[in-house]
Amino acid sequence: MATTLSTSPISVFPLAKKQSWARSFLNSYLARKVLKTLFTVFVVTTLTFFLVHLLPGNPIEQMVNQLVTVQGISPKDARDQVAALFAIDINQPLYLQYFEYLGKTFRGDLGNSMLSQGTTVSSIILKFLPWTIFSVGIGLLLSFTIGMGLGMLMAYRRDSWIDHVLTVFASIFSSIPDYLIGLMLIVWLGIQWKLVPIGAMRGSLSPGVVPGLNWTFISDAFFHGALPIGTYFITTIGRWMLSMKSSTISTLGEDYVTVARARGLKDSRITTAYVGRNASLPLFTQLAISIGFVVGGSFLIETIFVYQGIGASLGGAIARRDYTLMQGIFLVITLSVVFANFFADLLYSWIDPRIKLGSQS
Amino acid sequence: MNTIRNIVGWIGTTLRLLTYNKVGFIGFLGVLLILLLSFLGPYIWPIQAVGNTGEIFEPPSALHWLGTDDGGKDNWIQIVNGGKNVIYASLIAALVSTFIAVTFGAMAGFLGGWVDSIVVAITDIFLTIPTIPLLAVLASFITLNNFTFLGLLLGVLGWPSLLRAVRAQTFSLKERDFVEAARALDLGTSHIIFKEMLPNMMTYIVISFALGFTGAIYGQIGLILLGLVPFDSSNWGVMISWGWNHGALFFKDSVWYIMSPIVAIALLQLSVITMTRSLEMVFNPRLRSGG
Repeated sequence: MATTLSTSPISVFPLAKKQSWARSFLNSYLARKVLKTLFTVFVVTTLTFFLVHLLPGNPIEQMVNQLVTVQGISPKDARDQVAALFAIDINQPLYLQYFEYLGKTFRGDLGNSMLSQGTTVSSIILKFLPWTIFSVGIGLLLSFTIGMGLGMLMAYRRDSWIDHVLTVFASIFSSIPDYLIGLMLIVWLGIQWKLVPIGAMRGSLSPGVVPGLNWTFISDAFFHGALPIGTYFITTIGRWMLSMKSSTISTLGEDYVTVARARGLKDSRITTAYVGRNASLPLFTQLAISIGFVVGGSFLIETIFVYQGIGASLGGAIARRDYTLMQGIFLVITLSVVFANFFADLLYSWIDPRIKLGSQS
Repeated sequence: MNTIRNIVGWIGTTLRLLTYNKVGFIGFLGVLLILLLSFLGPYIWPIQAVGNTGEIFEPPSALHWLGTDDGGKDNWIQIVNGGKNVIYASLIAALVSTFIAVTFGAMAGFLGGWVDSIVVAITDIFLTIPTIPLLAVLASFITLNNFTFLGLLLGVLGWPSLLRAVRAQTFSLKERDFVEAARALDLGTSHIIFKEMLPNMMTYIVISFALGFTGAIYGQIGLILLGLVPFDSSNWGVMISWGWNHGALFFKDSVWYIMSPIVAIALLQLSVITMTRSLEMVFNPRLRSGG
């Protein structure tokens, strides 16, 4: 893709005098990446704004109609009342509302929730986002570490029965939709075998438990998060296993592994320092990218388990047409994906020095 | 006579290639079975209008192969009748997303330059948009029982990752010797694309189609599960959604009702994904000798 880079001495030295500072800045990989990222965020924000406002079932009109029919107020008065309530000018053309929204968002003001009056969108996001990060984060970390270990085992014992059994499990669990696995956990663990108290596990915390660094809080958080965490674990582990297996097999064929063997190094050292470290490189970028999809991917799982994270709040916002909350959560989702990709790119060049940023796509 | 012999020979070779990979062949048989049951089965087991209220949430028996639901309706009949629309919408979605991915992916890879930059930029933006939440928003525009529109919607959002794979494949094909030779002989762009490159991309196109299909099933059932797509008839997704929303899920005897559609969807997904192994064998001649 990109060919110029300011980080390498070849492109900096001979051209440094010719190019102005601004141009070399624009040509640098990092700057272009940042600009592209900002542009993506802008486009997605614009898209969601208009999409959300085009939705059938406008909450403002609904409220106006309700006031007119229930309280018998004239339509004009009803509109004034609703406008005062939401602190917006509902007669304003959509494009003006858009510019206002853009300006506010740029200043970090996401506005007030339309249906939970008096609460800011930022406070709702700050309240629910930590639970999503907690549950998906733990689930992904567990599946990543255990999946990598099993993948290496499969590569070392390939074509043995353990490889075949694990491959079958990995393929099955990575092809069944995650929300169906979640439903099956409820049906079997909760209802048929009665192993877990499904009803008590709903929500993200038991009533009366206050967040803090104590055993009650931590155990309660894990108790309520167990089923979502389990679902994320089961549905993602197969992918890590299969990636790690193929990555390890190709690393095992590398010359430096053969040389290390020839030098008589201990098997355990070859496994960890030579094979494991190199084979896991591509997986770390995959992990960074999948962390970005955390927020968007939690949508269905959280709804199924009635887990109060950002995904479940988005579901509620869509159902009740809470425009501002929807826009806010979409912005958070977009930002997390964009920054995870950005981070994955940087990580890739940092952990693998053979790959220079921007020199190859 | 000759053409018939050719066709028979082609079918024979294809079948032999399909059986080459055992797991893939099982997947192929699974897909075939589910398609037959879903599209021909309704003629053998027509849908029941009313159930027998004396037989609620019965376990499987010779009469009711998969038991009965809350209204005494047979679960097997509902499963047989409930796959058609789901598969139809997903096929449309797979067609749309494969078409977009192959056309623009191949164009970007083949032409390069500014065309490539634009296609890549648009793909990057679409990759950033969270598909399932966006679908949940867009689902508000779906009218009752409009499966074609649902399929189009799923397809329009399902192409970005497929496009990346096709583009990368085109890039690598462009550099191969036989394409350079064709270019040196000045055989023309259309000849190079359709006669030299496309046959070598068939594997990718077919696998894109299969992945597009499974992706569409995932999105579609998720939307139905949340009750975001209006349906009046029953299908696999509606069955799960009903069981979940009406609390049948939390009733011990309902296990056959709720598990039937879950297993049906899981089997379909698994079969399609394992089938791709056999399809690879059919469309990629280089794999054949290796076994």
